[in-house]
Amino acid sequence: MWKPEPALTDLRYLLDRAGLTRETLLAQYRLMCLIRAFEESIADRYAVGKTPVFNMAAGPIRGEMHLSSGQEAVAVGVCSLLTDADAVVSTHRPHHHALAKGIDPGRLAAEIFGKATGLCRGKGGHMHLFDAEKRFACSGIVGASYPQAAGAAFSFRARGEAQVAVAFSGEGAANHGTFSETLTAAALWQLPLVIVIEDNLYADSTPKWAALAGPHQSPRAQAYNVPAYLVDGMDVIDVYAAAKRAIERARAGYGPAVIEAVCYRYRGHFEGDGEDYRTREEVEQWRALDPITRLGRRLVRLEWADEATLAGLRDEAERAAAEAIRFAEASPLPEPHEALMGVFA
Amino acid sequence: MRGIAFAIAEAIDQEMAGNREIVVMGEDVTYWGAVFGFTMGLHAKYGRERVIDTPITEQTFMGMAVGAAATGMHPVVSLMFVDFLGAGFDQMYNHMAKNHYMSGGQFAMPVTVLTAIGGGYGDAGQHSQVLYGLFAHVPGFKVVVPATAYDAKGLTLTALRDRNPVVIFGHKLLTGLPFLPFEGEEEVVPEEPYTIPFGQAAVRRAGDDLTIVTAGVMVPRSLRAAEQLAQEGIGAEVIDVRTLVPLDVDTLVASARKTGRVLVVDEDYQSFGMTGELAFRIQAGAFDALKAPIQRLAVPDVPIPFSEPLEAAVIPSVEGIVAAARALVGARAAAD
Ligand SMILES: Cc1ncc(C[n+]2csc(CCOP(=O)(O)OP(=O)(O)O)c2C)c(N)n1
Ligand SMILES: [Mg+2]
Repeated sequence: MWKPEPALTDLRYLLDRAGLTRETLLAQYRLMCLIRAFEESIADRYAVGKTPVFNMAAGPIRGEMHLSSGQEAVAVGVCSLLTDADAVVSTHRPHHHALAKGIDPGRLAAEIFGKATGLCRGKGGHMHLFDAEKRFACSGIVGASYPQAAGAAFSFRARGEAQVAVAFSGEGAANHGTFSETLTAAALWQLPLVIVIEDNLYADSTPKWAALAGPHQSPRAQAYNVPAYLVDGMDVIDVYAAAKRAIERARAGYGPAVIEAVCYRYRGHFEGDGEDYRTREEVEQWRALDPITRLGRRLVRLEWADEATLAGLRDEAERAAAEAIRFAEASPLPEPHEALMGVFA
Repeated sequence: MRGIAFAIAEAIDQEMAGNREIVVMGEDVTYWGAVFGFTMGLHAKYGRERVIDTPITEQTFMGMAVGAAATGMHPVVSLMFVDFLGAGFDQMYNHMAKNHYMSGGQFAMPVTVLTAIGGGYGDAGQHSQVLYGLFAHVPGFKVVVPATAYDAKGLTLTALRDRNPVVIFGHKLLTGLPFLPFEGEEEVVPEEPYTIPFGQAAVRRAGDDLTIVTAGVMVPRSLRAAEQLAQEGIGAEVIDVRTLVPLDVDTLVASARKTGRVLVVDEDYQSFGMTGELAFRIQAGAFDALKAPIQRLAVPDVPIPFSEPLEAAVIPSVEGIVAAARALVGARAAAD
């Protein structure tokens, strides 16, 4: 859902309409840089011990690894409208959501490394991040985010709280029955739920055209009288503007909404993916729409930042990511006996 | 041949070539060969008409398999990881497994389900389970757990000729794919098609002091344990059940009667699963010949944790099997 680059006056108009200030935009730029730096650092560490033969079980980080580079604008655009008390339920590709929700990068990295200082003491791993303080959960099971977020939304409404719950998902997940079933319930009870579909055009190796007859998932919401926004997921401003409407509506008691953000993942579905289901040219085309570069250019055009300021923010993000990785690497592993603890509360 | 993935894919290819009713469906069965290779190469040969990537809709494609099987086809369906069964299990356990019985025998259900099982490579609680015990618990599924490439091919061909739902549980660490550790061995697997009947356990190693009964990746692990035990003068007989349903009780009982000591090793959760069931069946036939209570080693009723030391603490290892066997044989002194 690429949208043309607005002329400067229009850009100002759009920012104004969305209530986006220089300060917020710079914070979003920094956060997107942090996510990118974090993901690329994890990719580096994940690769350790996995060359020349890629063996998922080798090296300091084991198992599957789904990174979000390219999809930063969606997480940041949505989560910059949330507070700690709002709930987010994420997916198998959760790092950008976690960082955007304000989860400590060090404890996040430590969980990915399976360390005792990790968010879940090493029990969860990269697809299973939980942070009660930030009201953040996720699941490696596709389609699992929707009903759980609806449950949080139900709880907020029942308890008379003005919080919202956000379910992130991929476009592939929206084919799952849980998407339709959740919309049924959320629309019926007008729950403060916002479903955010990151349409990165692929589910694993399966291109969207091979899994969905129509062009988009979001029109399905109309069948439930739920408003839907189809936005440019490579543009944090566009995501933010739609998310603001959806979230404010939900907070005010007017029920659920769906946001479908068309975006692209620059890395494979998981690390080690041979990517023979897509072309290099396609990846390059989407590189030209890099959400971070795009936002940077706009900040410069607006004269809200110069190149040096942006470089400074990028450095700051690199340092924060490096610090998180250092913390994770220096942390101890959990004691084996902990494996048997914690099945029941 | 290296690993069960090639063997399963070859079996499907050989049967598909001659049987037009076979279609392969599931997530990522084309480019990715269902991720763990069980369908690799089929897309290139048969195209998207017979090798079909489905949307992420387990309930629906499992239900479609039921409907297609009831109308003359033989669907081969991939449940990418067994851990995803929750997303499609109703169609499987209430329909695929029961329709033949509930229809008074009118509808056979020739469906072959391929699914990947097992942990040990850091994929955590929702991608490392084994869960064949759940399927074996429900009447109507045949439950196949190949431990070798030879078996994988022959058992898959049997499944593809069976008129019932057969679930093939392929262990990820036996696939032989380069991105995972491999605990199997290079094997000679005949090129031509052959079948292995269900319900015949394989005695993988003979021994007199105890019987280790197991399945899947725990077969090579138990064999490694048996080698170590042999150096200590303990003779372990290792039996690969190959199919949980139907189960070859006779072979298990005969071995138990011979050795008098049985250790059941399983990568599934310990309670209410394969270990308890096998122990029950074995004692029912060998009680008077047992020299010690049957012992078991399985995942101690916790989800599979992510972190390496935690994961290693719960999934049975060669050392764990050796220790359990030693303890069981140590019981000889007390019993003799
Ligand atoms: C119920 C279930 N089925 C299948 C899978 C395997 N799987 C993991 S990610 C994925 C693709 C998800 O695609 P999408 O929802 O578009 O998210 P993306 O990976 O593109 O972010 C699949 C099929 C799973 N984890 N859970
Ligand atoms: Mg996707």
